[in-house]
Amino acid sequence: MMSSQSCVTIQKEWDIVAARQLGREIAKKIGVGTVDQARIATAVSEIARNIYLYAKNGQVCFDVIDTIDQKGILIIAEDSGPGIEDISQVMEDGYSTSGGLGAGLPGVKRLMDEFDIKSEVDKGTVIKTIKWVRK
Amino acid sequence: MDRNLKRIALENSDTIVKMWMNEINTIKDGNYTATISDDLFESTNREFVNVIFASIKDQGSSKVVEDFSEKIIQLGWPLSYITDGLQIFRRVTIEYILNNSEKVNSDYFSKVLESVDLWVEPIIRRLVNEYSGSWEHTVSLQRVALQELSAPLIPVLEGITVMPLIGTIDTDRAKLIMENLLEGVMQHNSEVVLIDITGVPVVDTMVAHHIIQAAEAVRLIGATCILVGIRPEIAQTIVNLGIDLGKFPTKSSLKKGFMTALELMNRKIVDLDSKEESIEKMIESIKGE
Repeated sequence: MMSSQSCVTIQKEWDIVAARQLGREIAKKIGVGTVDQARIATAVSEIARNIYLYAKNGQVCFDVIDTIDQKGILIIAEDSGPGIEDISQVMEDGYSTSGGLGAGLPGVKRLMDEFDIKSEVDKGTVIKTIKWVRK
Repeated sequence: MDRNLKRIALENSDTIVKMWMNEINTIKDGNYTATISDDLFESTNREFVNVIFASIKDQGSSKVVEDFSEKIIQLGWPLSYITDGLQIFRRVTIEYILNNSEKVNSDYFSKVLESVDLWVEPIIRRLVNEYSGSWEHTVSLQRVALQELSAPLIPVLEGITVMPLIGTIDTDRAKLIMENLLEGVMQHNSEVVLIDITGVPVVDTMVAHHIIQAAEAVRLIGATCILVGIRPEIAQTIVNLGIDLGKFPTKSSLKKGFMTALELMNRKIVDLDSKEESIEKMIESIKGE
């Protein structure tokens, strides 16, 4: 069962802050602990920054997953930017095209519980990632 | 033609004002201006409609419009009050002119529309510009204010300086932090700089990257950087992200960082009481002799 989505459009650097604040708020509402809240906020910050840096324009959406077995927050980041040629490369630690640390996407994967990335060159990138609420 | 229409509108301004007042009162309820007292609403409406007529009379005189917009902005009334008011004005004026014309064909109709639009448009443009100008001004003031409390550097002891960081670090701020840090280290002749991130809500790779760069730059000019105020949840996210902060010392609190700084400089905090006590003992022992 899915509830309604809430989205943040990423165009300016400060939109990243808006996105992670919304993410943290939703996480708090469904009962995520403070450490995991920080993990979620950091993960949102990373993927939103990727949109801002590389695609210039995109969206980060949040959804609450609530089934009988488990509860969690689903984050979908979507952009129509240049796309990623070699996904296995960007998932490697230390790979960066912008002179950064290159820990962004592999870091997000470690911060979250489930992680899925799809990208097509010149079409855009979609990242779906879930953090489950620990019982 | 236009002059003729203008004459009709100005000569019958009383009727048009009455129609306009009726209309604008209907949108007051349940809308943005609902909390405003009736007296103020009434008097402002009157002023507004007078401004409109004054502007029409003088072919878009800017002075009255400017004064009025300043007043409305100061009162904090929403922009939609102005756009709605002018929209209503356009509607009732067109309605009035058409109702009081003898022959109405499509040509005449479009002429009336065009003329009234030409009267109202400069006022809308002017007021909207004034409004957005005041917003931009506010935003730029806030940006300056934010920058002022962005990255202060506080010398606490000879050779030890603290930079407390509070709030989100974006690219602009990161640059400012770096500049202030290096400048301050030179100016205060610091040997140890403590960067306190207790107030930074999220440390992602970009923030970490900027801190690492700042620490490295501080190292290059011969000082040591200690990162303090790392909360447990931040420590965990840093580890998850796989960020290596091993190149400089880190501490959980400013207090611990300060002790480390003292150690680095071969200094110690000594309790004054014990000193006094020992002096007293010395005096005692002298007395005893």
